[in-house]
Amino acid sequence: MTLRKPPLRAGHAERDAKFTEFGGWDMPVEFESIQAEHAAVREAAGVFDVSHMGEIEVAGPDATALLNRLTTNDVAALSPGDAQYAAITRDDGVMLDDTVVYRLPDEQRSVEAGSSEARSEEAGSDGGRSETVPAYLFVPNAGHDAEMHERWVDHRDEWDLDCEVRNVTEDWAMFAVQGPEAPDLVASAVDDGGPDVRDLSRFSATFAPFAGADCWVARTGYTGEDGFELLCPWDDAEAVWALFADDATPCGLGARDTLRIEEGFLLSGQDFHPEDEPRTPYEADIGFAVDIHTEFVGRDALAAQAESGIEETFVGIELLDRGVPRHGYDVTDEDGHVVGTVTSGTMSPSLGKPIALGYLPVDLTDPGTEVNVVVRGREKRGKVVSVPFE
Amino acid sequence: MSFDVPDDLRYRESHEWIDPETGRVGISEFAQDELGDVVFVELPGEGDAVDAGGEFGVIESIKAVSDLYAPVSGEVVAVNEALFDAPELVNDAPFGDGWMLELDFEEGDLDDLLSADEYADQIA
Repeated sequence: MTLRKPPLRAGHAERDAKFTEFGGWDMPVEFESIQAEHAAVREAAGVFDVSHMGEIEVAGPDATALLNRLTTNDVAALSPGDAQYAAITRDDGVMLDDTVVYRLPDEQRSVEAGSSEARSEEAGSDGGRSETVPAYLFVPNAGHDAEMHERWVDHRDEWDLDCEVRNVTEDWAMFAVQGPEAPDLVASAVDDGGPDVRDLSRFSATFAPFAGADCWVARTGYTGEDGFELLCPWDDAEAVWALFADDATPCGLGARDTLRIEEGFLLSGQDFHPEDEPRTPYEADIGFAVDIHTEFVGRDALAAQAESGIEETFVGIELLDRGVPRHGYDVTDEDGHVVGTVTSGTMSPSLGKPIALGYLPVDLTDPGTEVNVVVRGREKRGKVVSVPFE
Repeated sequence: MSFDVPDDLRYRESHEWIDPETGRVGISEFAQDELGDVVFVELPGEGDAVDAGGEFGVIESIKAVSDLYAPVSGEVVAVNEALFDAPELVNDAPFGDGWMLELDFEEGDLDDLLSADEYADQIA
């Protein structure tokens, strides 16, 4: 299979980046050093190429209804410029992916003969009739864009909803500028006359011009630091990246991973996976992203689980012995019985100690509970801690 | 990028070096660069025996776990315990303070290893 390439693949190679396959994409994993990149984001600013993230656009009179029926959160609560974290679940409540849904500015579209009259309609400038319809863009994880596009189209057709669904993953490059210096850096990179992006609150977004290109800039991220994610037209990627590459440290997916693990953020496909690690949002400890009062695929199963309670949940584990916990390692209790599995782990660059994420039975999840992680056949002592790790 | 390959050492294809004079063993500058930030090293104890080509330990960077292979057979006479608290020495000085073991070995076993020139060609 040919790997998909981000628009800046050649530029990253010139910077001596090392590459890795991730979700079918050939992405930079490390430029100088994962630890140095990680520290830059915690202390100053880093810029990540995350063009492997998918983008699906949904626009039309029924766009809100379709998104509300396929994501766990309440999309109807969003105004243009709002962003919202959500899970995408199947009928049994198991997560297929997690995503951020952005509500874009409303769109004007012309009204076809015989279309519903119940919507807000107005005379278009050309004398024809047009209507204002909601538009959204959501961001599936790497390699999930085709599957999610198909899921949205199939359900739209099944439920006879009126909206367009377009996979625009290769129309948009995506960069994340993250760290305490990111707000000033991104604000100064906006073209003259553009908005002050420092006025955006967390989970808000707007269009702003960068290097002459209209970019969608959101105060969101995956590092635990302040910062922004920018969607930039694919062909303008180089000019926009150049605005940040000198003042922010170029970072690869390695640092992105250590930063998110320290925060306890989920990685789709690794901390949950429909076949290998089937988990509901409640088990994954993202109940805040579930609005059980909306009607979505998986809602009934989740309502039942909310009622009956969960048996296992997602926790942090800090190792007291030397060793590096990794995906797939067993977790044992005091008696040596296997009670869980590490889904993500690393040597924390900020804390200088080994940390892990994984699922444990709820009676073992109180902070301070002693557990072990089995590293190459040897039990390493650890304890349950709350996340973010500190 | 070009990497340092000291002339006075012998090399294994899997990137370990041995100093014929001292019996010290470590990994090459190329290898530590491939691994990235080293965060953990697992080594045998003094008095343990290692076999040429056999695994003698494990090195972990943030992104990878790799086995370490003995360039020659012999007995471990010293272990660089500084690496347990400061594994980054392997990155900082792979041919110096980042050494791993000192072996008591048979000189004839060196014949199976690469010269500096041969190893430099391998990683070129």
